[in-house]
Amino acid sequence: MADATTNPTNTGLTTADGKPLKAALAHAQARSRRRAFLLVLPLLLFIVITFIAPIGQMLKRSVYNDGFTVQKNLTTGEKTPIMVNLAKWFDENPAGTEPDEAAFAALVEDLKQLKETRAAGQAGTRINYELSGSRSLFTQGARKAKKLQPPYKEALLELNPKWDDPKLWQVMRSASSNFTGTFFLAATDRTRDADGNIQRVEENRQIYLKLFWRTLKLSVLITVLTLILAYPIAHLLATLPLRYSNLLMIFVLLPFWTSLLVRTTSWMILLQSQGVLNDAMVAMGLISDGNRIQMMYNQTGTVIAMTHILLPFMVLPLYSVMRPINPSYVRAARSLGATSWTAFRRIYFPQTIPGIAAGGLLVFILAVGYYITPALVGGSDGTLISNLIAFHMQKSLNWSMAAALASLLLGGILILYWLYDRLVGIDNLKLG
Amino acid sequence: MALPSYASPAERIWHYTYLVICVLIFLFLIAPILIVIPLSFNSEPYFTFTEKMLSLDPTGYSTRWYDLLLTFGMNAPEATRDSSWWADAWENAAWIRATKNSLIIGFFATILATALGTLAALGLSKSDMPWRRPIMAILISPMIVPIIITATGLFFFYSSIKISTWGIPYLGIILAHATLGIPFVIITVTATLSGFDHSLTRAAANLGANPRTTFFRVIMPLILPGVISGALFAFVTSFDEVVVVLFVGALDEQTIPRQMWNGIREQISPAILSVATILVIISVLLLATVELLRRRGEKLRGISPQ
Repeated sequence: MADATTNPTNTGLTTADGKPLKAALAHAQARSRRRAFLLVLPLLLFIVITFIAPIGQMLKRSVYNDGFTVQKNLTTGEKTPIMVNLAKWFDENPAGTEPDEAAFAALVEDLKQLKETRAAGQAGTRINYELSGSRSLFTQGARKAKKLQPPYKEALLELNPKWDDPKLWQVMRSASSNFTGTFFLAATDRTRDADGNIQRVEENRQIYLKLFWRTLKLSVLITVLTLILAYPIAHLLATLPLRYSNLLMIFVLLPFWTSLLVRTTSWMILLQSQGVLNDAMVAMGLISDGNRIQMMYNQTGTVIAMTHILLPFMVLPLYSVMRPINPSYVRAARSLGATSWTAFRRIYFPQTIPGIAAGGLLVFILAVGYYITPALVGGSDGTLISNLIAFHMQKSLNWSMAAALASLLLGGILILYWLYDRLVGIDNLKLG
Repeated sequence: MALPSYASPAERIWHYTYLVICVLIFLFLIAPILIVIPLSFNSEPYFTFTEKMLSLDPTGYSTRWYDLLLTFGMNAPEATRDSSWWADAWENAAWIRATKNSLIIGFFATILATALGTLAALGLSKSDMPWRRPIMAILISPMIVPIIITATGLFFFYSSIKISTWGIPYLGIILAHATLGIPFVIITVTATLSGFDHSLTRAAANLGANPRTTFFRVIMPLILPGVISGALFAFVTSFDEVVVVLFVGALDEQTIPRQMWNGIREQISPAILSVATILVIISVLLLATVELLRRRGEKLRGISPQ
């Protein structure tokens, strides 16, 4: 081979059918690479269709909302453009222009059309996302639009003085384009004022950043708690002879295999104010019957139940790092005069850091996105960002807002996942 | 883990404290799961131990909540238990219907996840697989991405392709559950393949076996324990999943977790505890199966526990 590459005049080694060996090898390797890839291809396509595409759709939804521009007939699927005249006026006049009579005329024209297409509720809802109270403004306007006489500005203002709100015009302008960043702004407690400048919303309406912050805080707390609880038992499991540790491992694996809802239900039973733990404490005389401790429907409940549920995800990586640690290192340290604490701190602990990183990142990633447990035991101040996404999906039906919050959460998770892959390697993930 | 003979008294005290701490943590792990079992036999509709239960009085215990599981939602639960009663229960009892749905969805999701996942794991374990790391990261991601995000995305996706009008029942949920189960199949099968001796396939090829024969006669029997435990993981994932079902499931697509979720949210009836007990017993059985498979797999591949 070396000859063949250094000496161009040499024809080099060839296979039986006269092909150069190098080319034959490259050919064979390419073929086997193709084969390996073909094995993976079906699954990759499946994941792209059932997972990546839906997530893409969600990302699109977070910046796309045609509630103010298109009326879609739910039965036929037919789409009619709405608010066309107003959109034209917005196109012709730059942001910040005082709405003149022409603008109001366009608005009234559009309101009439809203009445015909029965789209007033939908358009009003879209504006209502950013300016509460606007839904009734639109339904009322559409109902009365036919009777309005020029001058339209005065007529509309007589109907409802709110139509003059510069903020409303700013919101309508941004909503008349299908693509908008307002949902991302709202998801970070920001808004545009009447002149289009970005600013924080009023103090008492800042909820999203607070919730992100709480999610972060509780997740860190849960990660630290699982680490504190997992470290001793992982160490015990790793140092016991395999016969015993396999038996004790059941205590870790059984919760891992038990239904999440079962574990959450159990914690509800235990933590209720008329539940087992409170009853036991009353029976033991630790607390009086009137002073039962509220351990559920608040942050305490979320933290306790999630620590329990995520604990196996911390124990398993720690265990797999601790098991191969050679006990003679610690013995050597002891024989050189180290106390057991020094031996632990200087010799044993540093060797377990990869396990701590793996378990910590995994638990944190899982905790940040948790939904079921906080929804059931969290009450109002123990819920996490996931619960707010579900709220916007199911209750307030502000899907673009849900999508924007989910996109922000997804971004955070992907950064953490990338970090996990860099530090731990995704192929080192083990399940029991 | 024995204490060295040179340990000082302080170290001895610490050693026993440490053991006590470990026992408490193990208790923290297991007690919440076991507590539901005795409580599910409560004869009163309470979620705590009654005095009768604590004094082991037989009248304090009853199987009424298990009975309720069978009859809940029936047209005529009080009728005599003849064949029409059973037909009524099979058709109308809410929990039985939910079980049927869960099993159907779980079965198809597991088949899909296992077939695709095993194939992919075989490809990924080949040394000359291109872009191994990024592809692996994509395939594992359904496990990492929060379920609420997946469910939200699926909601938009399924409504844009109008999957409910395709006329295939459970299709959306089955596809979603298969996606969620795939990471588990990939992880377990790749772990099994990591100890796989590739000279065995070369030997088979050398002896004249074609790739198909090699796969079914040599590779498959050796990785089967990993494939089965991956399939079990995928099944459990589907059997335990509620958020996707809540988001994209039609009203009549009730599964066990969804039924439980509704029950817990409205008001917990101790009937939930009997469901929980049954699920705990199932998980014990599954855990035992996976452990047996793991040992068998190690024996087959010649890895003995250290």
